Amino acid sequence: MEKFERHTGVAAPLRASNVDTDQICPAEFLKRITRTGYHDALFFQWRQQEDFVLNHEAFSQASVLVAGPDFGTGSSREHAVWALRDYGFRAVISSRFADIFRGNAGKAGLLTAQVDHGVVERLWALLEAEPGAEVTVDLHRMRVVAKGVDEPFYLDDYVRWRLLEGLDDVAVTLRHSDTIAAFEDRRPAFLPRTG
Amino acid sequence: MGRTLANKVWDAHVVRSAQGEPDLLYIDLHLLHEVTSPQAFDGLRQAGRGVRRPDLSLATEDHNVPTADIDKPIADPVSRAQVDTLRANCAQFGVPIYSLGSVDQGVIHVIGPQLGLVQPGMTVVCGDSHTSTHGAFGALAFGIGTSEVEHVLATQTLPLRPFRTMAVNIDGRLPEGVSAKDLILAVIAEIGTGGGQGFVLEFRGDAVRGLSMESRMTLCNMSIEAGARAGMIEPDEVTFDYVAGRPHAPKGADWDHAVRAWRALASDDDAEYDAEVSIDAESLTPFVTWGTNPGQAAPLSGEVPDPRSYADPVERLAAERAQDYMGLTPGTPLREVPIDVVFLGSCTNGRIEDLRAAAAVLRGRRLATGVRMLVVPGSVRVKRAAESEGLDEIFRVAGAEWREAGCSMCLGMNPDKLEPGQRSASTSNRNFEGRQGPGGRTHLVSPQVAAASAVRGYLSAPTDLD
Repeated sequence: MEKFERHTGVAAPLRASNVDTDQICPAEFLKRITRTGYHDALFFQWRQQEDFVLNHEAFSQASVLVAGPDFGTGSSREHAVWALRDYGFRAVISSRFADIFRGNAGKAGLLTAQVDHGVVERLWALLEAEPGAEVTVDLHRMRVVAKGVDEPFYLDDYVRWRLLEGLDDVAVTLRHSDTIAAFEDRRPAFLPRTG
Repeated sequence: MGRTLANKVWDAHVVRSAQGEPDLLYIDLHLLHEVTSPQAFDGLRQAGRGVRRPDLSLATEDHNVPTADIDKPIADPVSRAQVDTLRANCAQFGVPIYSLGSVDQGVIHVIGPQLGLVQPGMTVVCGDSHTSTHGAFGALAFGIGTSEVEHVLATQTLPLRPFRTMAVNIDGRLPEGVSAKDLILAVIAEIGTGGGQGFVLEFRGDAVRGLSMESRMTLCNMSIEAGARAGMIEPDEVTFDYVAGRPHAPKGADWDHAVRAWRALASDDDAEYDAEVSIDAESLTPFVTWGTNPGQAAPLSGEVPDPRSYADPVERLAAERAQDYMGLTPGTPLREVPIDVVFLGSCTNGRIEDLRAAAAVLRGRRLATGVRMLVVPGSVRVKRAAESEGLDEIFRVAGAEWREAGCSMCLGMNPDKLEPGQRSASTSNRNFEGRQGPGGRTHLVSPQVAAASAVRGYLSAPTDLD
């Protein structure tokens, strides 16, 4: 996984709550069997509308998304994270993230910076007044910084450490293979097997 | 201090616990399907890793599969390639699979319980958010992403922070004609689509104890729609009776050991929950959605709400956007909303009890002119059971399509889709924009309301007929 330490980029204001993963990456694109190449899938239906925020010239290079509460609800599809990453996003800022989306993001190098909704409102106001303005998300200092904004964000400590180190989760767990085997020896005999 | 059901299942599965790190949790059952697994198997290959416990893994084909002409090759080459990829991956890594054509094929969350593979006290995961379904058995069951699928394949564990617990007390009895679907839609409307974030919901109370296993699965299935990690229900005699005798249920002395262990799972009397909500079952009536998230719902007897009635500007904007997409006007009685398509099926409402409930409404009646109704059993075995009871005949005579098992129009990955602008009454779980086909408009309903709406051509309860 690519390390994440600090990122500064153009931020796009997405004034919507409950942005579900069906909007972020529609089901039609889930038929692919690869982990990359989803840039065309991102917000596919919304991008058909001329006034959608990412269709504005000022936000065409956006790499930070500022969205309303409950971002990433619905389906567990990690494709939603892959689509955001492939399009060029490194971070999403919101006041609330759906649990599975947040977990997926942490495993695929997308930072979910959780802030108070008031901070989202201030960023929206800034980005709409000055389209193309940049926002910095600093994982060392755990702060979101933009013109007139310097606020803390929340991220789980362990996820933060893994993002900073760019660590592969499976490799970390496999260090404990013996402990897993010992646990398996203690499992009740009545538990079912599939084959 | 006492422990909750969720705490007990969690504690029994902690492989490793260390200060400042997530717990490493053992997974008893890993369910797989064609959509969220190919990249995970690829990851294993790239790293030169194997599947640690193929004997605790099970795959089926459900999301992409057609629900007609299943004896022919899948027509869509992209869907076919994805299904073929799953078959090849299962063959390479030794994972058991029930493929199209097998009597045990079906929607993954229908076949797991049907085979007796889901039992109280287990941990169950799947690369699918509706894994919460299996909490109906007192299992801790939750959806995961593809990176986590890969992690479970390689290690049979997941690093996780403990979930918080929320008691959802549902007292009283559900009135006649009110189903588990109405109940869960009312719960979601009460706590919101984000209200359950980070929580396991434990459904408790008389109304829950009175539900069948099928209804309990409906209830837990849509916990994710309240943002929750999982839903759970204490196992009881209803649970044990359902599991007993199924192909993978414990037998003989194992059964006695298992039941003793399962009885000890109930939340302690002095257990403390991190949050608690209460719903009065007696006051519930059929519930339907009007918007584009499952929390935007109201009693069928009500109206499309006025966005200006929301104090919260974020909710007001969401309601405006939703009504614009749905083509609805504030103040319109929900019973006057016309329907083009009715979908009966999915991991939420594709079980035999659901088909019986809908058939009871359709018996001796016909679909309204111009209404299309798809009936998609949740599994091949559900389909056969329905046929042995003559339900298929009732659906056909009424004018509905009797189809093969799969996820179908719940998410529109196969050819079963809404046309742009078409409006559905659907027993599925998500009314997101375009979920059932680009431009499609979805109203989530119970099987009874789905059937009555098909007859009247407008959102309706069975009591609206005749």
